[in-house]
Amino acid sequence: MNERTMKINLGPHHPSTHGVLRVVLELDGETVVDAHPDIGFLHRGIEKLAEHRSYHQFIVLSDRLDYLAAMSNNLAYVTTIEKLMEIDIPRRARYIRVALAELQRIASHLFWLGTHAHDLGAMTPLFYMLREREAVMDIFESLTGSRLTPSFMRIGGLAADIDGDFIGAVKSFTDTFADRVGEYETLLTANPIWKSRTKGVGVLDAEACINLGVTGPMLRSAGIDWDIRKSHPYSSYEEFHFEIPTGKTGDVYDRYLVRIGEMRQSAKIIRQVVEGLPAGPWLARDARTVFPEKKELNTNIAALIRHFGLVMEGFQVPPGEVYHSIESPRGELGFYVVSDGGAKPLRVKVRPPSFVNLQGLVRMIRGKLLSDAVAVIGAIDIVLAEVDR
Amino acid sequence: MNVELMTDKFGGGIASVTTVHDEITVTARRDIVIPLLRFLKEDEEFACDFLTDLCGVDYLPESPRFRIVYHLYSLKHQHRLRVKVALEESDPVVDSCTSLWAGADWHERECFDLFGIIFKGHPNLQRLLLPPDFVGHPLRKDFPLEGFKEP
Repeated sequence: MNERTMKINLGPHHPSTHGVLRVVLELDGETVVDAHPDIGFLHRGIEKLAEHRSYHQFIVLSDRLDYLAAMSNNLAYVTTIEKLMEIDIPRRARYIRVALAELQRIASHLFWLGTHAHDLGAMTPLFYMLREREAVMDIFESLTGSRLTPSFMRIGGLAADIDGDFIGAVKSFTDTFADRVGEYETLLTANPIWKSRTKGVGVLDAEACINLGVTGPMLRSAGIDWDIRKSHPYSSYEEFHFEIPTGKTGDVYDRYLVRIGEMRQSAKIIRQVVEGLPAGPWLARDARTVFPEKKELNTNIAALIRHFGLVMEGFQVPPGEVYHSIESPRGELGFYVVSDGGAKPLRVKVRPPSFVNLQGLVRMIRGKLLSDAVAVIGAIDIVLAEVDR
Repeated sequence: MNVELMTDKFGGGIASVTTVHDEITVTARRDIVIPLLRFLKEDEEFACDFLTDLCGVDYLPESPRFRIVYHLYSLKHQHRLRVKVALEESDPVVDSCTSLWAGADWHERECFDLFGIIFKGHPNLQRLLLPPDFVGHPLRKDFPLEGFKEP
């Protein structure tokens, strides 16, 4: 701090910080000399709560980690517990999970692009993107009863099978979606104002990304084609054809192009899921974790007792520890779960992609203009609920 | 992955190497943790260039009470490795790995914040998620879930 510089607060209540992020900026005129991110405003102690809930009860909390990609959080959590308990998931359930996770990726990227473009002065794209996101939210609402926090996955499969409307709604969405992405591109990709605000801004090269642990679209925009869906397929991703879009320079513009490409690929995956959806059960027949069917409860006392036990005490998980991660819209979302053999976890550690990616902020904006800081914060695609947990 | 390269080099510093659920866990002594992590990062056989995650676990009432768990990943070989270090309650101190990975900064601060583990050599070991004047470390098992009143 010297006579020339001035300290200002960006946030915690500022539209361009996308949540309650506070960044203390040290400015020399409009140039950022230094930056100090301050996080934790949304800390709810979710990892502490997890230690006092049964394994099923945490599914509801996992929605609240990253509320723009709740399905991805559900998926990451339940697959971790399934790995720990070695439960085989029916193929139909795995396919539906992929469709839901990819719909969620599209919805999340749309919301990101709309608000990010809005930060940089482009008002129009937001309306188009919310229109398509609304279609995804409608699909979620009719299937799960909830738009943002569906809690739809269960340890062993899904809460319910898809109903009659789902396939039709998803098909009509994917039929038009590729054209819609084309529309977004006509608004932004060659737009000179958009390019001047994003090209060469917030560069984080591959080496810096790896050193910081940055994953997801930010890493891919720097030219590394690492995607967990390809390198460590889960939930039957190995059965679908898709490409990993990558960038070259790792700037804000490349991150935009990568996410645009990912939306197209996601639509392609969803199309393959609904066309090849196998018949069969949508919940594993694993008596340890899965609730008995409702009609059984009326006739079978053992089923009723098991139902009661699962609700009141939960189920016991063999002692051990496991780490499992998936590719969420923001990067590697991992869960590290330690069990001591009881019905509640000894420790649940979330590895949130936003938390790790946000660490790159200071490096990206030091020495740049204040207006670039807004572009960079937007391009990281942070969700503060996930950063603070 | 040839884990013998590691056990040969560090010998008695490594307490155990286990493979469960296709995940390799290396339990190491505290004093060799930084040389071990450096070796895993730089050696061609392991090439763990990513520090995916770092966290603490409280095993109260066991002794030693705490574990620090590092999850490493190699982009080149596409493998994961878990390194664990046990810490006594009376001396919850471990060397910081911020010199190896810049990304360890916030992970270690979070672990300090929520568990009270001291990372020696960390450039700015302050609370991250909780306010600076908060008393206590909430993820410790003896910290109550409800009813805590700030003094």
